[in-house]
Amino acid sequence: MTASTTAQDATGVSVPPSQKVLHVREHCVEIVSDSGEGAQKCGQSFGAVCAKMGNGVWTVEIIPAEIQPPARTPAGASGVRIRFGTGPVTNGGNDAQLVVAFNEQVLLARLRANSLAEDAVILIENCWKDHDDETIRAAWKNAFETIGKRGFRIIEVPMEELCLTVVDDPRRGKNMFAFGMLAAVYDRDVERCKAQIAFTFRKKSQEIYDRNSKLFDLGHGWAKENLDFRIDIPTHAVEREMLVMNGNTALGMGAIASGMDLCSMYPITPATSVSHYLSDVFENAGGIVHQAEDEIAAAGVAIGASYAGKVAFTVTSGPGLALKTEFLGLATMTEVPLVVIDVQRGGPSTGLPTKVEQSDLLAVLWGQPGDAPKVIMAPSTIEECFHVVITARRIAETFRCVVFILSDANLATGVTPFPRPQTDPRWVAGPPDQSPVPEGLRPYDWDPRTGLSRRFVPGQPGGMYTLTGLVHDENSKVRYAPGVNENACEMRSRKIAVLQSTLQPPTPHGGDEGDVLVVGWGSTRGAIEEAVDIARAEGLAASSVNLTFLSPLEPGLRDLFSRFGAVMTVEVNYSDEKDAPYITDENRRRGQLCTLLRAQTLVDVDCWTRVPGAPLRPADILSAIRAKIAEGGRS
Amino acid sequence: MTATCTLTDCGTTPDTDYSMDDYQGPEARWCPGCGDHSVLSSVQRLLATHQMAPERTVFVSGIGCSSRFPHYLRTFGFHGIHGRALPVSVGVKLARPDLDVFAVMGDGDCCSIGAGHWIHATRYNVNMTVLLLDNNIYGLTKKQTSPTTPQGFKTNTQPRGSYLPALNPLTVTLGITNASFVAQTADWAPQHLYETLEAAYAHQGFSFVRIMQRCPVWTSILFQDAVRDPARVAVLVHERGIRDAGTEELHKHHIDHDPSDLDAARHLAEEGGMRLGLFYRDASCPRYEETRRQAAYTPAERIAVLEKEFDRHAV
Ligand SMILES: Cc1ncc(C[n+]2csc(CCOP(=O)(O)OP(=O)(O)O)c2C)c(N)n1
Ligand code: SF4
Ligand SMILES: [Mg+2]
Repeated sequence: MTASTTAQDATGVSVPPSQKVLHVREHCVEIVSDSGEGAQKCGQSFGAVCAKMGNGVWTVEIIPAEIQPPARTPAGASGVRIRFGTGPVTNGGNDAQLVVAFNEQVLLARLRANSLAEDAVILIENCWKDHDDETIRAAWKNAFETIGKRGFRIIEVPMEELCLTVVDDPRRGKNMFAFGMLAAVYDRDVERCKAQIAFTFRKKSQEIYDRNSKLFDLGHGWAKENLDFRIDIPTHAVEREMLVMNGNTALGMGAIASGMDLCSMYPITPATSVSHYLSDVFENAGGIVHQAEDEIAAAGVAIGASYAGKVAFTVTSGPGLALKTEFLGLATMTEVPLVVIDVQRGGPSTGLPTKVEQSDLLAVLWGQPGDAPKVIMAPSTIEECFHVVITARRIAETFRCVVFILSDANLATGVTPFPRPQTDPRWVAGPPDQSPVPEGLRPYDWDPRTGLSRRFVPGQPGGMYTLTGLVHDENSKVRYAPGVNENACEMRSRKIAVLQSTLQPPTPHGGDEGDVLVVGWGSTRGAIEEAVDIARAEGLAASSVNLTFLSPLEPGLRDLFSRFGAVMTVEVNYSDEKDAPYITDENRRRGQLCTLLRAQTLVDVDCWTRVPGAPLRPADILSAIRAKIAEGGRS
Repeated sequence: MTATCTLTDCGTTPDTDYSMDDYQGPEARWCPGCGDHSVLSSVQRLLATHQMAPERTVFVSGIGCSSRFPHYLRTFGFHGIHGRALPVSVGVKLARPDLDVFAVMGDGDCCSIGAGHWIHATRYNVNMTVLLLDNNIYGLTKKQTSPTTPQGFKTNTQPRGSYLPALNPLTVTLGITNASFVAQTADWAPQHLYETLEAAYAHQGFSFVRIMQRCPVWTSILFQDAVRDPARVAVLVHERGIRDAGTEELHKHHIDHDPSDLDAARHLAEEGGMRLGLFYRDASCPRYEETRRQAAYTPAERIAVLEKEFDRHAV
């Protein structure tokens, strides 16, 4: 761009004379391709540059259902959604306003997923339109019969034609071309973009960098010359150093920080990438990732390691969680500390492996036979994914119990910047206690008030005892006398109450009282709070609260609920619609947190839940809030 | 074996003279005449012979009569869940290679519900001593068919006689890649049993010992002939095998078998029959817990790694 072709618009942004500049506070972009065409790399690079320039960013992966889906099919749509703005962005948002599509079929997929704004701008590869292959031409025409009827602004881009001037296989080049286009549209700092390309291809040759850099320039140049608009999203100076990662990487880093040494797992989507990340780095920090022969063994190895030394952890998703059940009961019964990370997917059964759902809460809470009290925590942001593991390890050890971390596919694959945490060596668990056990101390010397007791670790002289999953007394002796079981149950349960006594009542987002309180847990927090903010701006008396602890529940809920006309959970799990056939107030199956809150608070909590296999949108939550308030009063 | 502790603040074990009684837990509650009693005595003898510190010794078991084993010892014990002694043992050993680990399982435990773990633990070849107390029946739950129940033997779940030929734990184990130690002994041959435990304990790896175990309550007739008639039992003999003069004297049928010969071992195992001795040993098999052993670190070192990771993800 030379001075002669640029001018300054009112805000000081330089533009070619013919370009119109749209000033907005945020935008939502999607890049979709066949899998293997690298749209994800493009999107991630673009997202990283936005974060570096001081935008709030949230990216969501668009994952095809199969590993190698056929080319040019809606099922193969692969890519990234990037929502970025001037302020912080806490969720994937509503509709995409700008889409880069590598073919019309993947665009159709996004249309069918209701992902696109009615007036979205679509930059689409046009090599298919007049393709030699007649079926492809027909498919294009066919697709545009649907696409063309909408209010989209469609801009055809000769991506393939231009990329062929640089690479032989355009499937390996369009992504950086697209990156260049986006950088031009959103006026991204080219230096930073180039640095990002260098980072992306850091393990590759200079030649590969050069080629990708050229492709970027090509896309950038094309957009500058051919597009009549640009979009300006003000950035702000980055004050604190930020980290960018997805929730699974954050969980893995949390494990490193917590001082745990063993991650014992069996591969399962969407949890596996925690172990991928750790497999790469854990050994630098003295840890190992053990890929067990199945989830049962994964749990057993973790429990064996915890019993013999430091707290270990296992990471899984729904079907794996089901297999671990018996071992988790054993850990609870024998008070072996353990951290279990469940990155929830849609269920039941194999369900929706790559998609978000929050359907494991009750399975985790009540899923073991017998009374099995445990701690359940749900991080609500990617930053919390990091910190929650440190807390979980501490609680597991202090309370000699199983601590579940319920994450989900939304956090697992969402990427957002957060301030670099201030590290603290006290996060790191010390080596196992090997000092002699004081005379007279018993392996389950429960404090009768708190149920807490000191754990004996092999190697401690005088500590010998046989742990058993059978009912046992303070000496770990198997005893079936009625009082023994009652006391042991009480002691294990009491610990949960003691933990609750250390928690603070949650602070609502919005106000302390009003017409409706939305209660959520986990990854829906950002979307719920955004919806509440809009509702309040509209004058509605709505607030929300996010619960990090699901077991024990955070204190003060009943009091908090009493200050609102209605209380409603918003969750990504199934509930019956009130007006569906056969459904009555009595037989209605409600959302999982809703069910729990009703049982624990005796408040008539309602729920609005959806299982679309996609993150909840603020706009839909907003509608639910409006509807609840319109309904007036309690459900 | 001298165990070296890798833990930074590991307590040192006092020099004590342990007698067999020092390993004695509460009185064993198996039925009179149960073969498990004899195994327990041999194990106590082994512990005393090697002066294993009780606090540095861990017995892990599953569920079953045989899995009550740890309760009757004064060491650390882990009486877990049915079929899962091996994953727990692997976990103990991964976390604490310095501990002496024994796994005790029944035939239902190891060869049925825990069969998957059996295959994989054999392959991991973690250094521990594994005792399969094989009474050819589910004892604790009262006489149901187990994978090792002889075909035709009547049980409560297969009252017309067990339908299938019995699974052979020796051929299974010998068929697994990286199997490193496979021996067979019997509860009624206490000296041979003891010598077998010695060899198993001395072996650095997953030492799998199948112990034919009498259950006078449910399978009294199964081992009767072998117990009464020494001629029905053959002994594997070799200079590098398990040697016990008394056993070799009692059982005149000797089979010369070199325990480093895997093909011969598989062949012998396949033939079945009552054979006592060392089928196979290979001290060179890689051991998973050694392959994966990590150096100890300080909190500061770990935080340094974390900071590096933060750097990598910083924008
Ligand atoms: C998951 C599970 N399934 C079933 C049982 C019931 N059960 C307890 S012991 C046992 C079999 C015991 O047989 P074996 O392993 O041969 O040991 P033995 O009693 O003969 O020594 C069974 C089926 C159980 N405890 N757990
Ligand atoms: S039932 Fe059989 S195996 Fe069980 S203790 Fe009695 S004799 Fe031993
Ligand atoms: Mg048995």
